[in-house]
Amino acid sequence: MAATDRQCVFHAAELSKVYDMGEVQVHALRGVNLELYDKELVVLLGPSGSGKSTLLNILGGLDTASSGTVRYHERELTQATEKELTHYRRYHVGFVFQFYNLIPSLTARENVSIVTEIARDPMSAEQALALVDLQGRIDHFPAQLSGGEQQRVAIARAIAKRPQVLLCDEPTGALDSSTGVVVLEALQTVNQQLGTTTVVITHNAAIAEMADRVIILADGHIVEVKQNSHKKPPTEIVW
Amino acid sequence: MRALDIKLWRELWHLRGQAAAIALVIVGGVAVCIMSLSTLDTLVQTRDSYYRDYRLGDLFVSLKRAPNHLQQQIEQLPGVAEVETRVVAAVSLQLTGSDEPATGLLTSIPDHSDARLNRLYIRSGRLADGRRDNELVVSDAFAEANKLQINDTVVAVINGKHKRLTIVGIALSPEYIYEIAPGAIVPDYKRYGVMWMARTPLSTAYDMEGAFNDLVLKLQPGASGDDMIDRLDALLKRYGGRGAYDRDDQLSNRFLHEEFVQLRNMAVMFPVIFLSVAAFLLNVVVSRLISTERQQIAVLKAFGYRNAAVGWHYAQLVLLITGFGILGGYALGIWLARGLSELYMDYYRFPFLLYQFSPLVFIAVAAITVSVAMLATLRAVRAAASLPPAQAMREQSPENFRLFWLERAGLLRILSPSGRMILRHMARRPLKTLSSICGLACACGIMMVGNFQMDAIDTMVYMQFSVAQRDDVKVSFTEPVSSAALYSLKSLPGVAYVEGVREVPVQLRYQHRSYRTSLQGIARDAQLQKVLDADLQPVGLPESGLLLPERLASILGAKPGDMLTVEVLEGDRQSYQVPLKAMTKQFLGVSAYMDLQALNRLMNEGESLSSALIKLGPFESMDSSQGFDAQQASTVYRRLREMPAVAGISVRQSLIDSFYETLAKSMLTFTFINTLLGGVIAFGVVYNTVRIMLSERGRELASLRVLGYSHNEVAYILLGELALLTLLAIPLGFLLGAYLSRLMVDQMQTDLYRVPLVLEPDTFAMSALVVLVAALISGLMMWHRLGKLDLVEVLKTRE
Ligand SMILES: Nc1ncnc2c1ncn2[C@@H]1O[C@H](COP(=O)(O)OP(=O)(O)O)[C@@H](O)[C@H]1O
Ligand SMILES: [Mg+2]
Repeated sequence: MAATDRQCVFHAAELSKVYDMGEVQVHALRGVNLELYDKELVVLLGPSGSGKSTLLNILGGLDTASSGTVRYHERELTQATEKELTHYRRYHVGFVFQFYNLIPSLTARENVSIVTEIARDPMSAEQALALVDLQGRIDHFPAQLSGGEQQRVAIARAIAKRPQVLLCDEPTGALDSSTGVVVLEALQTVNQQLGTTTVVITHNAAIAEMADRVIILADGHIVEVKQNSHKKPPTEIVW
Repeated sequence: MRALDIKLWRELWHLRGQAAAIALVIVGGVAVCIMSLSTLDTLVQTRDSYYRDYRLGDLFVSLKRAPNHLQQQIEQLPGVAEVETRVVAAVSLQLTGSDEPATGLLTSIPDHSDARLNRLYIRSGRLADGRRDNELVVSDAFAEANKLQINDTVVAVINGKHKRLTIVGIALSPEYIYEIAPGAIVPDYKRYGVMWMARTPLSTAYDMEGAFNDLVLKLQPGASGDDMIDRLDALLKRYGGRGAYDRDDQLSNRFLHEEFVQLRNMAVMFPVIFLSVAAFLLNVVVSRLISTERQQIAVLKAFGYRNAAVGWHYAQLVLLITGFGILGGYALGIWLARGLSELYMDYYRFPFLLYQFSPLVFIAVAAITVSVAMLATLRAVRAAASLPPAQAMREQSPENFRLFWLERAGLLRILSPSGRMILRHMARRPLKTLSSICGLACACGIMMVGNFQMDAIDTMVYMQFSVAQRDDVKVSFTEPVSSAALYSLKSLPGVAYVEGVREVPVQLRYQHRSYRTSLQGIARDAQLQKVLDADLQPVGLPESGLLLPERLASILGAKPGDMLTVEVLEGDRQSYQVPLKAMTKQFLGVSAYMDLQALNRLMNEGESLSSALIKLGPFESMDSSQGFDAQQASTVYRRLREMPAVAGISVRQSLIDSFYETLAKSMLTFTFINTLLGGVIAFGVVYNTVRIMLSERGRELASLRVLGYSHNEVAYILLGELALLTLLAIPLGFLLGAYLSRLMVDQMQTDLYRVPLVLEPDTFAMSALVVLVAALISGLMMWHRLGKLDLVEVLKTRE
């Protein structure tokens, strides 16, 4: 199945991001052109500092580009107002962060509820937690969960509203290999069962083997796009 | 409950320590407002309704003697609503079991009915019956001070005649809420009291049958008091009228008015200062509390929560804390206001208290507090929300790590690494450092405002009763006497030295302004009474011309060189033009001064004295009262009281005592409570500062622990910063405190007394101590918390 047959979800053109640090300017992105398609699982690979997070944040409407355009379906994100971006994040995107960013004062279920309460057609918090295999820890606080479990709560929180796209910034970055695998499985389940377009950032090449496509970034450029003919299930991945 | 609401309550619970400290600051600020304003409102409303219900007159006049039928003539005057004529007599009393001199004012009440004006409130017993000639009603304050009860008897000396009277009633009068001897500055209930007898027996005893010597008048609504005063003065001149006056010059009302003005100024100043400080702190604390939440704000935003929703969430958190603070402040304020009003009752003799808790005050205070809190929240949430969530979610340390100037100058090389960390941290966040310092300085400054008043009052008393007035006893005569009268005083065993004074009741006029006071003629070589200049040095009296206290000169708008009109309110009631020569410094009262001979000359009288100042002692000398015991003193008092020419005796020490007992006590209680609330605020501030430091840097410190720093080494960094902040804040607090005290003092000027700005080392020490102790306690709590830092949590979620 050729990727081009599918509907294009994101279209980015000549995307640049410059951080002005006063004395120096940091070019985090230098003209990125990119298309992401419906239902695919893409891994963004690249060394630390290559601009992966910056790209993901712009796609997710958390940050804005210095120049260039991003289109989400028919909508121009680069022109969007703060209000439109909020709307976009609220109904279309799910985020998973490297450091989970759970709200410490809320239990696993409540951390998910915080999102389902403002979504349009969410699944229940229990359902979402079941998807990531956390039925048993529903009433635990973040502090009572392991790193991998916290990350799975974060995934449940991100997918509970049935987002169109799921953006994950180094979801296994803080985890060991076996815990990481469980998290990746959860991501794959979501991608397959819900058909959510999923972008996973990593600097770990091994993880790329579970992707439909692998996009490699270096120094703010896309240096290579690889189509994975043979997707490995996460359980077979080791690093 | 929605997850966001659950988060709200859980976080409130989690923040309870800090929330309580913030609420404490609000409690302090709100309680001061409620207490001060409600106490004032209560006293004012009570006074007004007392005046109304017990029919206090509008105009008052005393005269030598007028026939009773003159009353009808006065009633006919246009504008007069009601007239009450009375017989008023000076009385000196012999109380069983006491040698202390007591004098009083005996006023007649109608024989068989209630008075029409200036009615009495009977606390116990009944009114005196006109058919019996030995019944006396005494004022409640006098009875209380002298432990007098119904059916007790006293011997009164009326018009030189001894008369045994039985107390049948204990009463209060709206005319004597502030029961003070004429010429005195403070009430002395033990030695001066007002009392009442039925008209017929009093007239008989005082040789006033068919006549009256005092008149109270109620005006018809809209009638002009000034016109009526002129008419009365014209009418009563031939009866020896001493000048009619309105409520503004009525002694009790005037003192009360002055006190209320002062109370009002204090009742406004304290809340303004406290609430501003509390508001400032609330602002600082709330913004910093919320900025520690910026990652959570970013997460909420990343999931599509709108700014308004996030803002409202935090606003609710702050509203809850503020709400608890306001409610606590209300409760504490009401409780304190009740206590304080009751305390004032000891001093102002009201028969009842009408507690006033105006909803307006409560609403206004809440509105101010809530708006400040909301504004601070809004600012902080806006600041957190204006960052793109992507940035907010990074660790909040885009701080530019630079060597700051001290370091560049190489000055810090001598410091340990921890010491350098402290300084760098402070220099790196100058705004936060500054806001912490300002907060702590406010805490220190606010303590001084209440604290300094004790020393100020001591200074006031010292200047008045040791520097300006050096006599032990002051004797006032029933009529002016010649200086020969001093010899008979001097010859009393136990009297070491005597000096005469001429006191004349006068109305001073300059342009359209006038003021009723007493003009004191003091001998040029006077030893027992000194007039002080602006530098509080005794000055000689000029050969002629007036000396006025600065306060009085400014009331009249006169300056040295101006010609004043002195209208004498006794005898022939002549007017004279006298130049104002110089101004004096005087903390208590506002009398005018003149050289004794010049005054006698001006009044066209020979050597004439109206009172005598006495120094007690075994030898004839000026300063020999040491070694003179109370027993011997009371013998002197008794001899003095038995002299027919003596109208009143006042004892300096008892004036001082009663000053502390009454005026100083009520004022100091008021300021003491404010000091306590200031302490509450101070503690809240310090504790908050510490908690914020801890929550802002908890992760960093935990990382240091992970790196192998010991508990104490980590604590040193934070506690060292706290110590440095506190030390920097205290001098700043002193400056602020001195400034606020100055503001306070300026607002506390009254005709009764002017509190000087006296900032003694103990005031500074006390304020600094409160801040230091608060810092120490908070520091200990922080040290304890640092021991429980969750290192695992740090490792689990961060690099
Ligand atoms: N807020 C920021 N301010 C300045 N520079 C930044 C900021 N965020 C990222 N950068 C810089 O942009 C570049 C790309 O960062 P990032 O997208 O986070 O890289 P990656 O996620 O691939 O490690 C890096 O050099 C980083 O230092
Ligand atoms: Mg990154």
